[in-house]
Amino acid sequence: MNDEKSCCCTTENCGKEELQACCAQKEPWVIGEIMTPAGSVPVISTTLKTQDILGAWKVRWGIGRMNYKVTPGLYAVGAPDARSPVLVSANYKLTFDTLRRELSGLNCWLLILDTKGINVWCAAGKGTFGTDELVERISKTGLARCVEHRTLILPQLGGPGVSAHKVAQRTGFSVIYGPVRASDLKQFIQSGLKATEEMRTVKFTLWDRLVLTPLELVHAAKVSIIVFGVLLLLNLFVSRPFGLMDFLAYSGAVLMGNLLTPMLLPFIPGRAFAWKGWLMGFLWTAGFAWLNGLFAPQSLVLAIGYLLVLPSLSAFWAMNFTGSSTYTSLSGVLKEMKIAIPWITLSSAAGIVLVFISRL
Amino acid sequence: MKHQYLKNVVTLCLSSDKCIGCGRCTQVCPHGVFEIKNRKVQIKNRDWCMECSACARNCPAECITVNPGVGCAAAVLSSWLSGSEANCDCSGGGCC
Repeated sequence: MNDEKSCCCTTENCGKEELQACCAQKEPWVIGEIMTPAGSVPVISTTLKTQDILGAWKVRWGIGRMNYKVTPGLYAVGAPDARSPVLVSANYKLTFDTLRRELSGLNCWLLILDTKGINVWCAAGKGTFGTDELVERISKTGLARCVEHRTLILPQLGGPGVSAHKVAQRTGFSVIYGPVRASDLKQFIQSGLKATEEMRTVKFTLWDRLVLTPLELVHAAKVSIIVFGVLLLLNLFVSRPFGLMDFLAYSGAVLMGNLLTPMLLPFIPGRAFAWKGWLMGFLWTAGFAWLNGLFAPQSLVLAIGYLLVLPSLSAFWAMNFTGSSTYTSLSGVLKEMKIAIPWITLSSAAGIVLVFISRL
Repeated sequence: MKHQYLKNVVTLCLSSDKCIGCGRCTQVCPHGVFEIKNRKVQIKNRDWCMECSACARNCPAECITVNPGVGCAAAVLSSWLSGSEANCDCSGGGCC
C-alpha cells in the first residue's frame, strides 16, 4: 500500500515526470510501452472498460469528482514515430477517456498537462491549462527529442489559458488549435488540420445540459436536507404542521430550477437564467396551488406565500446553472445577479412569513 | 436553437487598426464572434461573447481586450459573501 502511495499520483508528487512511467504501469488503460530517445512512454488503450464508464457515471453524480485524474506526462496512442502528431490535453480522467476513445486507429502522442484533474476549458479559465504549464511539460517530458517536427495540436478550448505565440517563442513549438470536441479530431487530422466552423463552435445541446443536471440535483438535495430539518423543528410550534403537500410543492420547485429549466433552456422565453427559472417555478406553483384548491379564501395566504417563495427558489437554482452553461459572460451574470438577488431575497422572505402565518 | 444571453453587457473591445489579419481570434473563439474581412478582423456579434478571453490571450498584435471572467453565479455569490475575489473553484459542487 505504502509503495503505491509513494509512487502514484498524489497531490504532492503529481506532475513529477520521473513517476509517470511507474505509475502508468499500474493503470488498466496502459497496454504497453514504447522506447523513445526521451525514455519509455506508456502506450494507452483507445477502448473504455466498464470501470471507466462507471467512473464517468460516478463523477457526473459528484462522487470523487475533484480527485479523478491521470498522471500528467507523455503518452502514446498506437505506434507513433518522430513524425506523428502531438495532441495536448488535461489530466481530468473524464477528459482523458473522452479523448482516447476517439483516437482508435491513429498513431499519435498525447501530452497530458497537470490541470489538477480539471477539464480543459475550466482549467484554461483558471490558468492551469496555460502557457507556463505547457512550456514546462514540454521540457520535462523531453518532447523535442521524441518528435522531429515542432507542432502541437491543442484543444480549441485551451485558448483562454494559452498564448500560442508565447509558446512558440519559448519552446519553438507552434500551436495549432484543433476542434472543440474530441469527436471531431479524426476528421480534423485527416483533412490536414483544418477545422470547419462547426468544429470551432461550442454547443450546449439537450444532452450536454442533461448530463450536468445530476450534479445540480445532488447539490440541491444537500441544501434541501437542511430545509427539511428546519421545517421539522418548526412543526413543534405550529398548529398545522408541514406535510406531504409542502414537500411536493417544494420538490417541484427544486426540479423546475435544477432540471426543467436547464433542459428547456433555449425554449423558455427571456434571456436571464433567474428569470427563466422564476417563470418555470411560477407556472409550477400556480398550477400546483390551483389543482389543490389553494386559491380558496381560507388557504389564500398559503397560496400567496407559496407563490412568493417557491418561484424565487427555482430562480435561484436556475441562476446557479449559469456556471454550467457554455455561453454566459461574467458581465452578464453580474448584471443579472444585481437585479435577481434582491428580488429573490425579498420575495422569499415575504413568502416564508406568509407560509408561516398560514400555519399558526 | 442558438442560446442567447443578455444584450450589450460584455467588455470585449477591438482596435482593428492594429490587426495583422492572422485569424487566431477566429480560431479560438468558441462562439464565432469574429470574422476576417479584407485582412482585418470584425466583430460579427458582440452579444455572443462570453468573455473567456481566448481571443485576447492569443492575439499577437494585442488588439483585443476583454475583462476575463467565468460567468458563474455561484462563484460570484461566494465572492460577495466571503469578500474575496470570484474564482471558479467548483469543489463545493454547482458549477462547471
